[in-house]
Amino acid sequence: MDFLRPASWEEALAAKAEHPAAVPIAGGTDVMVEINFDHRRPEYLMDLNRIGDLYEWEVGAESVRLGASVPYSRIMEHLRAELPGLALASHTVASPQIRNRGGVGGNLGTASPAGDAHPALLAAGAEVEVESVRGARRIPIDDFYTGVKRNALAPDELIRAVHIRKADGPQQFSKVGTRNAMVIAVCAFGLALHPETRTVRTGIGSAAPTPVRAKAAEEFLNAALEEGGFWDNGKIITPSVAKRFADLCAAACNPIDDVRGTAGYRRHAVGVMARRTLTWTWESYRGAHRITEGAA
Amino acid sequence: MRLNFTVNGRPQEADDVWEGESLLYVLRERLGLPGSKNACEQGECGSCTVRLDGVPVCSCLVAAGQAEGREVVTVEGLADFARQRACGTASHGTSLDEARQWQAGGADSRTGEGTELAPVQQAFIDAGAVQCGFCTPGLLVAADEMLERNPNPTDADIREALSGNLCRCTGYEKIMDAVRLAAARQSEGV
Ligand SMILES: Cc1cc2nc3c(=O)[nH]c(=O)nc-3n(C[C@H](O)[C@H](O)[C@H](O)COP(=O)(O)OP(=O)(O)OC[C@H]3O[C@@H](n4cnc5c(N)ncnc54)[C@H](O)[C@@H]3O)c2cc1C
Ligand code: FES
Ligand code: FES
Repeated sequence: MDFLRPASWEEALAAKAEHPAAVPIAGGTDVMVEINFDHRRPEYLMDLNRIGDLYEWEVGAESVRLGASVPYSRIMEHLRAELPGLALASHTVASPQIRNRGGVGGNLGTASPAGDAHPALLAAGAEVEVESVRGARRIPIDDFYTGVKRNALAPDELIRAVHIRKADGPQQFSKVGTRNAMVIAVCAFGLALHPETRTVRTGIGSAAPTPVRAKAAEEFLNAALEEGGFWDNGKIITPSVAKRFADLCAAACNPIDDVRGTAGYRRHAVGVMARRTLTWTWESYRGAHRITEGAA
Repeated sequence: MRLNFTVNGRPQEADDVWEGESLLYVLRERLGLPGSKNACEQGECGSCTVRLDGVPVCSCLVAAGQAEGREVVTVEGLADFARQRACGTASHGTSLDEARQWQAGGADSRTGEGTELAPVQQAFIDAGAVQCGFCTPGLLVAADEMLERNPNPTDADIREALSGNLCRCTGYEKIMDAVRLAAARQSEGV
């Protein structure tokens, strides 16, 4: 094995072009487990820790540009207002030690259906900025996950940053597991209200071969909210609407039975989480709505 | 490959390091510092917790080469590290020989004799938070870092900070007692 230690982004791209099989290592919280257990013996290991850019973030007008290696603990600490869904999801990852090392770039690199960043990214709306010596491109998050632990990266490409839409309304993240810390999601659900566009977006984790959005559920809810004037009148969402939304979210799953849970349980739990996260976010939207109304 | 980094305040060099090796392996097998424990090698138990440039991490998940040029503090250097923090003075660090011979003797509560420990180490002894001791080094490093950041933690803060450290013996109650004790002593300036 060779250990590559690029000191800059350009060097990293050059190294990846020369050795497309090189395995990048950021926090190492996925890669090292595989190496320690001999599941992986890459010819080249490429350390990304020296590339300072990857640890930085910028808050823009519309979105946050999050460097690929920014650890979860920083997201929780510094980006809670701009990226509430991702901050909540980050807080559910493993333990403080893991959150101090692991980040979204690695989560996307692994592209596990159980990765906790994915539902939050899908719900918020995001683009993955990737680059190779051939050039840079932005992959919409909806096109990023291509199969079980597969993503849209070409062999010579690296993830540089993720552009995540800044929250324009309440966001929630919910995860089912046997305890609070150190739990791989049995299933997970992210939901974001986007009052500016009057849309709701979702993300489901661990309940299909890839992280997915519940698109039919979103379309149903968007139409129902529009029709009932809910965005303007700030009324409580009709229970039948919430139930239908939850059912459609459950129907968007394509889960499997495994040691963590059965397919039936996952489908059920996704429905429950969908209803709850909708209620929580809608309650805080109504709260904010009432305050603005009162002030007007 | 050769690895140069700082361990417990002293520059160290390790030779013939395999590229896929973990920092934990280098500490234990190449530098002879078995304080950091190896229980799971998959980030689940926290018994290998060290500070890497000040940040608590599982050393089993840091590739050796990623520690190049960085500063690592292990449980063997914790007493010196805590002393240095309390006095605000630079210390000479802990040499490998000192670290290898280090024993958690602690101060005798009546005579006051014995090795000087970090306050959190002394609190673990006084509160009876150590049974088999396998989880203790990782817990000490994690708890010490939390107390540095958050001198007056709530129980929820302590639980959260130690949520990456498993203990199969104590049931955690005595560990909670120990951390509360260390925090109380710290705020009284004892
Ligand atoms: C004990 C434990 C508990 C865990 N619990 C959770 C959990 O609750 N939720 C969760 O989502 N995950 C969990 N994980 C998995 C892991 O922590 C996350 O997937 C994390 O986000 C990985 O980030 P990293 O920087 O450590 O990745 P690394 O291990 O460094 O890399 C992961 C993958 O991404 C690739 N990669 C990294 N950076 C880039 C880049 N810039 N460009 C291209 N490819 C790249 C690597 O080559 C590798 O294939 C857990 C892991 C452990 C060990
Ligand atoms: S040995 Fe590193 S976390 Fe268990
Ligand atoms: S004292 Fe035995 S594992 Fe904690």
